[in-house]
Amino acid sequence: MGNPNSGKSSLFNQLTGLRQKVGNFPGVTVDKKSGTAVLNDTTEMSVIDLPGVYSIYPKSADEQVVTDILANPQHPDYPDVAVVVVDASNLNRNLLLFSQIQDLGVPVVMALNMLDIARQQQLEINAVRLAMQLKVPVVKINARVGEGLELLKQAIEQQIGQPVITKELFFDPELAASTPDQDLKGLITDVRHHYQLTNNYLALQYLIQHDGFSFLARPQRVKLDGLIEKYHFNEVDFQAKETIGRYKRIGEVVKAVVTDRRPLDQSTWSQRIDRILLHPVWGYAIFATVLLLIFQAIFAWAQPFVDGIDGGVAWLNGTLHDRLPAGPLTDLLTDGIIAGVGGVIVFIPQIAFLFLLVSLLEESGYMSRVMVLMDRIMRQFGLNGRSVVPLISGVACAVPAIMATRSIGSWRERLITILVTPLMSCSARLPIYTILIALVVPGRTVLGFLNLQGIVMMGLYLLGLVAALVAAYAFKLIIKARERSLFVMELPTYKWPRWNHVGITVWDSVTSFVWQAGRVIIAISIVLWVLASYGPGDALEQAENRVRRDYRQLSAEQIENRVASEKLEASYAGRFGKILEPVIKPLGYDWKIGIALISSFAAREVFVGTIATIYSIGSADGDNSSTIKEKLAAEINPETGGPMFTPAVAFSLLVFYVFAMMCMSTIATVYRETKGWKWPLIQLAYMSVLAYVSAFLVYQIMK
Amino acid sequence: MPHRKIQKRSVADLKIGEKAVIDSFSDQWMSLKLLEMGCLPGTEVCLHCKAPLGDPICLNVSGYCLSMRKSEAATILVE
Repeated sequence: MGNPNSGKSSLFNQLTGLRQKVGNFPGVTVDKKSGTAVLNDTTEMSVIDLPGVYSIYPKSADEQVVTDILANPQHPDYPDVAVVVVDASNLNRNLLLFSQIQDLGVPVVMALNMLDIARQQQLEINAVRLAMQLKVPVVKINARVGEGLELLKQAIEQQIGQPVITKELFFDPELAASTPDQDLKGLITDVRHHYQLTNNYLALQYLIQHDGFSFLARPQRVKLDGLIEKYHFNEVDFQAKETIGRYKRIGEVVKAVVTDRRPLDQSTWSQRIDRILLHPVWGYAIFATVLLLIFQAIFAWAQPFVDGIDGGVAWLNGTLHDRLPAGPLTDLLTDGIIAGVGGVIVFIPQIAFLFLLVSLLEESGYMSRVMVLMDRIMRQFGLNGRSVVPLISGVACAVPAIMATRSIGSWRERLITILVTPLMSCSARLPIYTILIALVVPGRTVLGFLNLQGIVMMGLYLLGLVAALVAAYAFKLIIKARERSLFVMELPTYKWPRWNHVGITVWDSVTSFVWQAGRVIIAISIVLWVLASYGPGDALEQAENRVRRDYRQLSAEQIENRVASEKLEASYAGRFGKILEPVIKPLGYDWKIGIALISSFAAREVFVGTIATIYSIGSADGDNSSTIKEKLAAEINPETGGPMFTPAVAFSLLVFYVFAMMCMSTIATVYRETKGWKWPLIQLAYMSVLAYVSAFLVYQIMK
Repeated sequence: MPHRKIQKRSVADLKIGEKAVIDSFSDQWMSLKLLEMGCLPGTEVCLHCKAPLGDPICLNVSGYCLSMRKSEAATILVE
């Protein structure tokens, strides 16, 4: 544990080798993470990484986790040894938390990190003297490169064997100046007696924080209220007194251990960059450029890789079809599985680019500047500058984005952020956007360097963003505030990105996309293939015979195509689609798109795979080597005789997918984060209505 | 003390590059968080930059950079 941005997660990665997300803005670890590390030849230890906090008094949901564990020795995660990571370049503030944890009676080891940065700032820290002053083991580490880990392990081993816990508290509430009308000593003694506590500071925590202690039964909490009343104890006053008291002692300690040769008033490197990046004009201009670059990268730079994979999958499919003996198993493999999986892996390049750029922004520290830049604007919409992180991460995936809202202190701002985040176009929508845009928007270059397709893509993302802001504004008017909103936030110094961390993030995101999305997609692809290849009774054979009887005048190839599509229509999937058709007809969709819509209710990335599967089945065998895009372009609307995917249909679908909440994982995450079905259902309802109405309007206007 | 609060300057009134020493807080609830972040009475702060619309602001306090909204800064009274 430790302050935000002090290097806890880096140390955790170094110790466990587990891959975990580390970034350069406060609040990357929003939940605890655990892993195992080798302590010595015979022992393995389990390491838990907790969210960063500035003090033991939580201000938001993610900070609550730390207090929950440390204030309750019965908690399953209560540590044998607490390793507190301390940022040496900001010793004062880091020692506040350290002294509080120490006073709770937990055996502690201080991992003194970021000494290199302190040295750059002309701060020299005497670790030995610090250890003597605080009477705790202090180990110098460098979490970024992994120095000092062996010494740290030795210190942990010692603290487990023979814990050194200072009897004398850094700040003893009992000895704190009591006002004449307040018998503090009596109060603390009473609390300790009633709850069998051995520690004065823990007793104080019971007094101040019992409302948030879920491990205390209700009558126990009510009893504490009674004690507070009896002794006229003022929690807020006392908490302020405690912080000031601690800082006073910390000031003395720091004076004794730190040699500060920092020239007064010299503006640091970071501050000079801030003047530009937070500049009234340049600040926004740079932010807009960064966003534009991200979209340009996703669409234009990733395209050659996408085309390569798409072509490769089509080639593989065609080859397998030719080589393997014809039969239902081959059809399942090629039309079902490979077509579906191809729809997933084709988007790996774009997702990799997206996560690469977003993690570069996080690592460098620019993301927290964006929060500052956007707070004033976000506030107009009932959001918080911190909402920017969920909204930007929402471009990758709404699930981690919604979890990242835990760092927003005010419940109202957090709830609004959760409700609107899924409107941000996540990477699962990217496949749909890509394929449909490529189909109806020409790949022209405009203004010399911008790709027209890239601009339309950015337009869709902006549409999602604008919708999110408008929805947020509407919710701001509906949802009433429960508590005050707070923005006070540390701005970390700029750091050069660690490429291995960036690499890990990209790798993790891509593999989890492939595994999680891939499994669902394969399963749905197979089910869909079965549903699309079989029908009730002999309906399929009847359809085939009917075609062969009625269309004798056509060429052999045309008959095969006709047979294939009539068979699909007669299958189970075709019947489902037909039932749905009246509902989606006003949006311009036919029953084939209807099948894809239904199957993508679980996860929207299934849409493209489904379309690929349906059109593979719905056409004669010779077509198997064409790419998904070619298949869609060749699809004919039986009513007009023109292509099925006209700009009106394509844009209607695009707008539908911008707004629709088609993701089971997101619904489940919102349920978990809001602790109930009320908000996820409201969210599902408003987004579905929005999607349907907008798609309807788009189709009717463009038709 | 409400009548005295009006005359007092707060951190929100500082100009870029201007320094001041924290005197007291006008909002107790907010002061808890600010104290934890190292804004103690007697500490020198320096307004180092402002976000484009003049809000939030960035303060230098005890060797690091802290950003906060103007309304929050207004609760930090300076000498």
